[in-house]
Amino acid sequence: MNKTSLSKRFFASPYMIWAAIFIIVPLIFVVYYSLTDASGAFSLEYIKDIGRYRDIMLNSIWLGFIATIISLVISYPLAYIMARSTTNVQRTMMMLVMLPMWMNLLIRTYSLMILLQDTGIINTALGFLHLPPLKMINTDGAVVLGMVYNYIPYMILPLYSIMAKLDHGLIEAAEDLGANKLSVLSKIILPLSLPGIASGFTMVFVPSVSTFYISKKLGGNTVSLIGDIIEMQFKSSNNYNLGAALSLVLMVMIIICMAVMNRFTSDEDDGGVLI
Amino acid sequence: MKTKMSPLSKLYVALIMIFLYAPIVVMIFFSFNSSVSTSVFAGFSTRWYTSLLHDEGTMKAVANTLILAVSSSLIATVMGTAAAVGIDAMKSKWVKRTTMSVTNIPMMNPEIVTGISMMLLFVFAAKLIGVVDALGFWTMLIAHVTFNLPYVILSVLPKLRQMDPRLPEAAMDLGCTPVQAFFKVTLPSIMTGITSGLMMSFTLSLDDFVISYFTQGPSFETLPIRIFSMTKKRVTPDMYALSTLIFATILLLLVALNLSQIHGERKLKNKLDKEVQE
Amino acid sequence: MKKVIFALVCSFIVCACVLNCSAYEHEEYYKGAKKGEVLNVFNWGEYISDSYEDGMLDVNKEFEKLTGIKVNYVTFESNEDMYAKIKNGGASYDIIVPSDYMIERMIDENLLQKFDVKSLPNYHYIDEKYRGMYFDENDEYCVPYNVGMVGLIYNTKVVTETPDSWKIMWDEKYAGKILMIDNPRDAFAIPQKILGYSFNSTDEKELSDVAQMLIDQKPLLQGYVMDEVYNKMESGEAAMVPYYVGDFITMHDVNPDLAFVYPKEGVNIFVDAMCIPECAQNVSAAMKYINFMLDPEIGLCNAWYIGYASPNTGVVNNPDYADYAENKLLYPDEDSMPDVEYFHNLPQETLERFASLWNDIKVAGSSNTHIYVGFSVVGVCFAAYVVYSYIKKKKREYWYDFPNT
Repeated sequence: MNKTSLSKRFFASPYMIWAAIFIIVPLIFVVYYSLTDASGAFSLEYIKDIGRYRDIMLNSIWLGFIATIISLVISYPLAYIMARSTTNVQRTMMMLVMLPMWMNLLIRTYSLMILLQDTGIINTALGFLHLPPLKMINTDGAVVLGMVYNYIPYMILPLYSIMAKLDHGLIEAAEDLGANKLSVLSKIILPLSLPGIASGFTMVFVPSVSTFYISKKLGGNTVSLIGDIIEMQFKSSNNYNLGAALSLVLMVMIIICMAVMNRFTSDEDDGGVLI
Repeated sequence: MKTKMSPLSKLYVALIMIFLYAPIVVMIFFSFNSSVSTSVFAGFSTRWYTSLLHDEGTMKAVANTLILAVSSSLIATVMGTAAAVGIDAMKSKWVKRTTMSVTNIPMMNPEIVTGISMMLLFVFAAKLIGVVDALGFWTMLIAHVTFNLPYVILSVLPKLRQMDPRLPEAAMDLGCTPVQAFFKVTLPSIMTGITSGLMMSFTLSLDDFVISYFTQGPSFETLPIRIFSMTKKRVTPDMYALSTLIFATILLLLVALNLSQIHGERKLKNKLDKEVQE
Repeated sequence: MKKVIFALVCSFIVCACVLNCSAYEHEEYYKGAKKGEVLNVFNWGEYISDSYEDGMLDVNKEFEKLTGIKVNYVTFESNEDMYAKIKNGGASYDIIVPSDYMIERMIDENLLQKFDVKSLPNYHYIDEKYRGMYFDENDEYCVPYNVGMVGLIYNTKVVTETPDSWKIMWDEKYAGKILMIDNPRDAFAIPQKILGYSFNSTDEKELSDVAQMLIDQKPLLQGYVMDEVYNKMESGEAAMVPYYVGDFITMHDVNPDLAFVYPKEGVNIFVDAMCIPECAQNVSAAMKYINFMLDPEIGLCNAWYIGYASPNTGVVNNPDYADYAENKLLYPDEDSMPDVEYFHNLPQETLERFASLWNDIKVAGSSNTHIYVGFSVVGVCFAAYVVYSYIKKKKREYWYDFPNT
């Protein structure tokens, strides 16, 4: 028995070697590049330079945060409705939610762009009705909308899966004991669905903060996010060191946000990362 | 308990569905436009579909995407399942926890950071061994396997924990070798976890843009990369035609998957009913 | 106008027949490719004739047919994007098409290799004017592909006046309708001319002034674009953009409302040339490809398709090309020649300054007061919740413990 479990443990070794080379070492490279200059000598120049990008980082976090909150507010009732409906309806709705998620992000963003632009279908329709055109594209609002549109399925799914497991007897018991709808929501449903909220939050917030394609297409390159600046360092400015320093900061920022988030929800469960 | 929806919830669901599908519907609509405009419909035509099917680059990209998704998800599933078995058997809490934290990194890290970190590694390694065209199929394969692995491990591990550890022991007591016990007892009981891990890594790999974007080279172009370069140039509606075809394929797959599930459940129910009657 | 288009189409059809029937010059030069040979070409987007529609030729396919070498064609958006890819390695290309200043820089940094330019059978077609250019005085590194100038493209439906100055790009009347070109050299060039500076200035103060003007302009912009410019200008989404004259000609075919002007302050003139980078792995195929691009028929197709001025005398003197050759925007004579200046490579220090200012411009603009307010509101809510739940917990504990005390 002991022998087999010992040999079983070696099953993990190819993976552990792989993880060391392709997960840990690359992160060490990020740190290495952010602490050196173009010639490879040790330098704190780029880390010191980060201050100049403070505003854009705050802006990215802010827009990502708004997008996450909007997704949460929209998804929560939907997930509840889904969880309460009949099996067939549930299945169909799951499919409808997942379908856009399987389409490529680039396609979804681009299709949103052709809808929103000044010569897009909404403004053309408004023109026919002799209404003034709406300025939608190339605004912060458009970028947030793009984030919500692209990542909302990642909020709906964990919320739904946790609410589907929710014990309905608890709600009935509370109602029998005289709780009104609001207190059922705030005292039973909300606390029990916290792990779902936490994982939905993570799954929307992280890609929103670090996106670059959405801001490029819907913000017209004038609304820059931290992801845009990082991408620019690697793809056109050819400043790997600055790019690495910014990525390092982005990574640390997200870890801090997630730690705060986990603190916030950890009295109910431990972490609750749900895929 | 499972109730019919109230009209208000119906309206709410409808609104969200409109939000989710309006852009896609508009795109599908204009893929049949005979002119290049995306705001005025000039007439029905399938010319963009014809021009798309004659576009060798796109067809090659579709093939490349499938090759990459199949190979990376298979490798990730084999390695990930083995890893899950190993992690499950680990005695030392410390090693186990460290391994799991490392596994979580690619899932928690922003994709852009994962992408550039791997690119830095590849470019450095290429310079070290003096290869000029390192970025290409192999680097993308490594990247895709790496971001697929955690998903496989995390879908297999719970199944291993749920399994009764005495089962393989019993099999061995009955004369199985450890290898036989693994293949005859352990593997079947974690099979659902393995398939869902495989499916998930396949779709993730099909869909990945950001990580591919940083680890890709000129010799191997996948569909998301192709779409990216299409949207950077003069966009003609054959891009919309391509999107429509992708949408239709996914729709068909999902419907088929659901129908087979429903079918399976009915069969099970009938069987149960029969047994009850008997 | 319709007549012109009709005539054009007719001439295309006639030429198509001629083109398809005739063989290329010096076919023997293309023989002898090994089986499975691959050629990696790295060119600008929308910079080659790539379909058989309207009597054109798909140049890459024709090359594959003729030589049996597989062409792997990849595009880039700007000189800087291309440079980043070549400089950092990881990918290898056999042919790249940088502009003048970038060729100078890449020669300086040993990123290009010399090849026997004069041995190309079709090299004699290159106009004397474009030989021995400042970036390659002895014609050792590159063969000119296209020539062009930057000017202002505008939509006459929106811009009813006739602009003659770059200053119109700072006119608040057109806020939200202005596009800016998305690469540092071309973007800086515009304020540089307005302020009367040289493109190749290394003066720190001058560069900061220029960057400040671009930052001031940012709120008026619809976006920074490169090749997305086609869709945005053709559909009328945007009303003005500084861009290359050749692209104006192709855009004008789609949207006749567009007009073009060389602003009086001066414009950039450039030469894009085909080079073989140091990392190339198939030099012989690369030379065949370069020679093929110089073939008068291929050159003609490309010149029609992309609309840039050609340095190839075999194209310019072709009677079928007369419409283009007589176009004063493309081939200005002495009277219509605007005030032009070439870009040169800059010293390392200035290049770094450029990059850093360009970053500042990209970062600038988001006003942050609302973000600070927003974050403080969120923080206060969060703190209030924590305090509230703490009090509630204490209260509950008190009541639970009550009977015991």
